[in-house]
Amino acid sequence: MKALEFFDHIVKHPGEYAEKWKKETHGKVIGHFCSYTPVEIITAAGALPFRIFSSGVDISKADAHLQAYSCSLVRGALEDALSGQLDFLDGTVFPHTCDSIQRLSDIWRMNTNFGFHSDLILPVKLIGESAGEYMTAVLRKFKEALEKNIGVRISEEDLKKGIETCNRVRENLGRLYSLRQKNLHVIQSSDVHTIFKASMIMDAKQAAEKLHGLVVELEGELEGELEGESKGDNDASVPERKRLVLSGGLCTMPDIYDIVETAGGAVVWDDFCTGSRYFEGEIEEMNDPIAAIASRYLKRVNCPAKHSGVLSRGEYLVEKVRQNQADGVIFLFLKFCDPHAFDYPYMKEMLEKQGVPSMLFEIEDQTSSEGQLKTRCEAFMEML
Amino acid sequence: MTESQKPIDPEKEKRKIKSDKRMKEIMTEYYVEAKTPREQRGKKIAWITSGGPVEPLICMDIIPVYPENYGAMIGASKMGVDLCEKSEEMGYSRDLCSYARADIASATVNGGPIGGLPEPDMLICCNNICGTVLKWYEVQARYFKVPLFILDTPICHTEFTKEMRQYVVKQIKEYIAFLEDVCGKPFDYDRMDEVGALSFRGQELWQAILDTTMHKPAPITCFDAFFHLAMIVTLRGTRTVVDYYEMLLAEMKERIAAGIGMIPDEKHRLLWDNLPIWYKMRWLSDKFASHNACLVADTYTSGWTSSMKYLDPDDFLGSLAEGYTRIFLNAGTDIMADNIMGMAEKYDAVGVVFHSNRSCKPYSLGQYDIQRIVQEKMGLPTLMIEADMVDERSFSESQIDTRIDAFIEML
Repeated sequence: MKALEFFDHIVKHPGEYAEKWKKETHGKVIGHFCSYTPVEIITAAGALPFRIFSSGVDISKADAHLQAYSCSLVRGALEDALSGQLDFLDGTVFPHTCDSIQRLSDIWRMNTNFGFHSDLILPVKLIGESAGEYMTAVLRKFKEALEKNIGVRISEEDLKKGIETCNRVRENLGRLYSLRQKNLHVIQSSDVHTIFKASMIMDAKQAAEKLHGLVVELEGELEGELEGESKGDNDASVPERKRLVLSGGLCTMPDIYDIVETAGGAVVWDDFCTGSRYFEGEIEEMNDPIAAIASRYLKRVNCPAKHSGVLSRGEYLVEKVRQNQADGVIFLFLKFCDPHAFDYPYMKEMLEKQGVPSMLFEIEDQTSSEGQLKTRCEAFMEML
Repeated sequence: MTESQKPIDPEKEKRKIKSDKRMKEIMTEYYVEAKTPREQRGKKIAWITSGGPVEPLICMDIIPVYPENYGAMIGASKMGVDLCEKSEEMGYSRDLCSYARADIASATVNGGPIGGLPEPDMLICCNNICGTVLKWYEVQARYFKVPLFILDTPICHTEFTKEMRQYVVKQIKEYIAFLEDVCGKPFDYDRMDEVGALSFRGQELWQAILDTTMHKPAPITCFDAFFHLAMIVTLRGTRTVVDYYEMLLAEMKERIAAGIGMIPDEKHRLLWDNLPIWYKMRWLSDKFASHNACLVADTYTSGWTSSMKYLDPDDFLGSLAEGYTRIFLNAGTDIMADNIMGMAEKYDAVGVVFHSNRSCKPYSLGQYDIQRIVQEKMGLPTLMIEADMVDERSFSESQIDTRIDAFIEML
């Protein structure tokens, strides 16, 4: 599929994409780390919100700043920054989440020179009146800082357009998820992941258009199949795949999908910040666009570094397993990710109470984990 | 040979801190009351984070209990590994904070020193020290099924903004409403003034005690401060702390007058950064003393006075939001570096010992940069010890022993 090649190229060469975008638009590129980055505001400013993923190179320069007990995302991103791989950035936004990102922001500010450095200190607590007010207030402040630093004026109209464009990206990503959810063979999970990652790097308007084209094409294919009653998952020649939900932070290991699929499984949903947490929840049309962005963050399922109740994430996971008729859950964490590691025991227990088996896999770095993950996955799949 | 028959070394005896005995009594009384069965005790119990605003609890006659102080007790009594392993069996990763792991395990088995902490009636979590406490208190809220109040104090990397102020001020009101609700009685604002003034006075005295080490030789080392810290953490806001610290301060002044230093032949004055390594306190203390090195001050024990400049003793409640948000750990790495350099000057230290503590990311990540800044700007030699505050499995004694020797040679 040609569309897939397009997305794949961007994921493999994110810097090339950003530089080309800059040349064409003369716009600014703002790097960020998190699903709590208000990409709508950055888009409204005519800038490119660029999600920073660690390129996975060997760590050498970052070792002088970060202890070995920090996660591969934090160390890898710093390595990329210090070794000049992110030189196209005109700024970086650090939404406050975990302790490691908090300190990465300081180290980044003290050792790099990308221009605009923004600490977006959103509330950690997402419930209660004070948190809601504060969320809106800091987002408003962020908008002003961005305007000042990149020299633009963001009108209410710009904001509404930015929201609309980002909503379209999210809507299409959501449609992609439902396609995969219903029809496991229409699109492979590894491809969904690639498309997802690309859309976090791309210009929102372009992403929305490309995604829409792809989704329409896939939905058309599916319809054709259903009419012709050709091969589907109900076909007897296709062995029934085990349906799996993945849960964790950022998935830096695209191979997980191939591993799962080769082992006879199919990913039907996830609870990743590079997955459902990124696209779930449409921003409502409200008179105050900033308040509308805030409202989505307050309602959407939270990252474990934030708080919306002591059971919120467990309940979400159990519900997603039920909705997707999943057979099991794979917890996929970055090693040294404290917030996820703290939630694991209770979430596992909640699943157990529903009779849903799960397994945990910690990724230290990509290469060393692969073989081990394959073995563990195969064993887990046999157990299901 | 029994204790009383041991020959008394007059040199050692002279250096012993006489107030220690009273401190132990107070801490025992405190835990005895907290551990008294609920029916006889009458008072409610709140578990609270070490950096949390305890004054409103004292004001409401709630007994504050500190899992972090308990974590230190677990570490000091070398029960850390056992409890940490228990929590790992429960599914908690070994990479998580060892205070949290030890406490989570201890709650389920009533193990550890003093047979576990008394069960909480409520949990008060202030995230000015780390994000870990949020996750830890969520675990305990699920386990004990008691109400959890979160005081969210935004990190001030470079500034404390007006939005932050409004947010925390509003939460203080929510905090008081929460306490009124849980206790079923109105908040006593007049009493709050008294408690606030006592808290402030306690902090002043604690800082005065820490400042006695500006004198050469220093009457105490940071290892003594680690011990006496328990009081400002657990009983802040009470008369007990003020009385005790007045006594301790007087003793320090006497020591200075008599020329008594904790290290008999104080040669190298050093700073310590990060939490203590609780299970190796004695070993480290002896090790540095054997080199005539005196750890005159540390960033940890002075943390409880780090935001006094933002507190108003005459309007404690009104200044509480800023005071509890702007503590030293809730600030940027460069501000933390400035703090260390200021301390090096103040206490005339010639080197810094950093404890890179696997358990505490907000304290430890950034230390390499601070180390570089201190070396570049002040030319101070530094030592980085990779360890953990409670989990002894992360301590390599022979390696650290050699590194301390090499470091002292460099001075």
